[in-house]
Amino acid sequence: MIRRNLMKLAAAGLLATSALIAGPASAQDVVKIGAIAPKTGPLAGGAVVTQWPNVQLWVEQVNARGGLNVGGKQMPIELIEYDDKTNPGEHIKLAQRLAEQDQVDFVVAPYGTGFNIATAPIYGRYGYPMIAVSAITDKMEELTERYPNLFFTLGTTTSFVDGVKEILIEKRDAGVIGNEVAMVNVADAFGIELADRARELLTEAGFELVYDRSYPLGTPDLSPVMKGAKDSGAKAFVAWSYPPDSFGLAEQAIIEDLDVAVYYSAVATSFPAFVGAYGNKIDAVLGAGGTNVDDPKIAEYRQAHLEITGKVPDYWASANTYAALQILEQAIEGAGTLDRDTVTQYIKDNSFDTVMGELTFENNVSHTFWSVGQWQDGVFRGVKGSNVEGAVPVRVKEGWAE
Amino acid sequence: MLDILVSGLLLSGTYALVAMGLNLQYGVARIMNLANGEVLVLGALAAFWLYTTAQVSPLLTVILVVPVSFIGNWLIYRFLLTPLVRRSKSQGALEVDSILATFGMSFIIIGVMVSIEGGFFAYKYLSEPISIIGSTTSLNRLVAFLIACAIGLALYLWLNLSRAGVAVRAVSVSTEASGLVGINVPRVSAFAFALGGAITAVGGALISTFITLDASIGVVFTLKALIIVIMGGVGDIRGAIVAAIILGMVETAVATLVDPGLTLAAAYLIFVLILLFRPQGIFGRRAT
Repeated sequence: MIRRNLMKLAAAGLLATSALIAGPASAQDVVKIGAIAPKTGPLAGGAVVTQWPNVQLWVEQVNARGGLNVGGKQMPIELIEYDDKTNPGEHIKLAQRLAEQDQVDFVVAPYGTGFNIATAPIYGRYGYPMIAVSAITDKMEELTERYPNLFFTLGTTTSFVDGVKEILIEKRDAGVIGNEVAMVNVADAFGIELADRARELLTEAGFELVYDRSYPLGTPDLSPVMKGAKDSGAKAFVAWSYPPDSFGLAEQAIIEDLDVAVYYSAVATSFPAFVGAYGNKIDAVLGAGGTNVDDPKIAEYRQAHLEITGKVPDYWASANTYAALQILEQAIEGAGTLDRDTVTQYIKDNSFDTVMGELTFENNVSHTFWSVGQWQDGVFRGVKGSNVEGAVPVRVKEGWAE
Repeated sequence: MLDILVSGLLLSGTYALVAMGLNLQYGVARIMNLANGEVLVLGALAAFWLYTTAQVSPLLTVILVVPVSFIGNWLIYRFLLTPLVRRSKSQGALEVDSILATFGMSFIIIGVMVSIEGGFFAYKYLSEPISIIGSTTSLNRLVAFLIACAIGLALYLWLNLSRAGVAVRAVSVSTEASGLVGINVPRVSAFAFALGGAITAVGGALISTFITLDASIGVVFTLKALIIVIMGGVGDIRGAIVAAIILGMVETAVATLVDPGLTLAAAYLIFVLILLFRPQGIFGRRAT
């Protein structure tokens, strides 16, 4: 008798527990999205401009619409965000936490090339589709083969160097610059990879690198670098630089009155803070990225970004970051499920209507992006890109006066 | 050659601004302040924020920053660090405790700064070219250098000629002995810590006119300051200045003559050499 009662009790208990476990799962009414990116550390300055505001914008807009339509059911997004402190180890720990503890349904891809590559295995293990934006490399084929959940959207190292090369050739043909080019790069993975590629491609195109130096990340005084570039007499200056030094180089170029017809600095040239700091002095400065502000979709996006986040988006990867989130949104709604494998397959097989236009993936890589932009009358406009419309002609840099 | 001299000296001024405050804090108050760089960036943030929101000249901010950071640092010493000082049995124990406490503090300051401005403190002030003996440089660097010289000189004279300054030096030599001759050690230590913090914050406000900083960059300055303080000799203001000049000149010379990529390597090479041959620092006293 006692035994039977015990059995009953155990059965009831089992039933209750299984109901508890099954309960929330079947009654899930939110989509959990996890986002990990730097809020502190060396990459934070870039991430708070390009990455975080877009996550905020997208979540608020989707929720204002009533959430994602998953197989006929409206489900609002619950965002779980962590600061990886610009530390890959920290990011991987937090990614595990997102998957195991928070049990998020999908993730926003990390910020930074190194971070996307370093975390591809862990996100891959949990089957999360990763639509990487702020990641530029020539190893996309190898990486996407190894991690079928990983997608790239911002272009390759070669495409960025090619954009610069085309401009240099155009300007040489026009007779504004000669064969001499002064090139500098920041001594970290990003700068070294770009400078190596540029050394090959520019030499092939008949250019001579009369000044070719690297400097450590966070160099407090870039005046020796700029003086060296100036003394080389080259009429073209190319810097594969990162945020703090893109500012520092521009500052020194203004001080030294660097006499060039083509001036290019890579990351952060497209940031609103860049024109905020130097005003018209940096007119005709070229940089990585670009956008077409005349495109109505982009204009509408930029307006919403400013209204909802209170910040001006950058003129490059901001729009791509938002587009990647739109892809995730349309893939979840199109697949009509929260099953990650189905959604990943949907991303591979379909095209998406985004602020960057119609995006499709070919072997997990999207080839729609801007590679070079230029400050023209206070707006950073795209001048070179792949599958994008609205490129404007490149202007010649004429002095650094206000 | 002239370019190296001018750029090198100006960079030395920047480094002196970074290190003089920590020298006082570590040399006198015996607090190895790992939040030194964050205090510097806080000064930079004040300059950036006041300039972009209210067009306040960073030079005016420099003056405003002095009392605010002095009081702030005094409060930190009084309420956060004094318990550590009382509890510690030896100087070694105090160093370990203060490293941990100020390391934690640095995260709090970073968090506060990120909540105010997470992006770059990008603004330009006095970014005009100026020619010094034939070498072009920027006015903001020159101003920062001149103020660094003024602070260094004032500090040196005050430490050597005034009664209070002598008391500060006495505490830096020996806390026990100076207590025995009637110096109020806790008060002098608190004063030195607060003064050090104020100098660091002033340095930050000045540096922000020519280097674009962000909330997380403090650790870079903490490291530089540590190198300079240890190279120069703990607790000697002349040491910090001489070490700053050596570092500034060497980095500029290497960047100009050899390769800008080797500046960090050159700086650390000198650091290692000094540690090898003069472990107490250039002006340091040999431990007895």
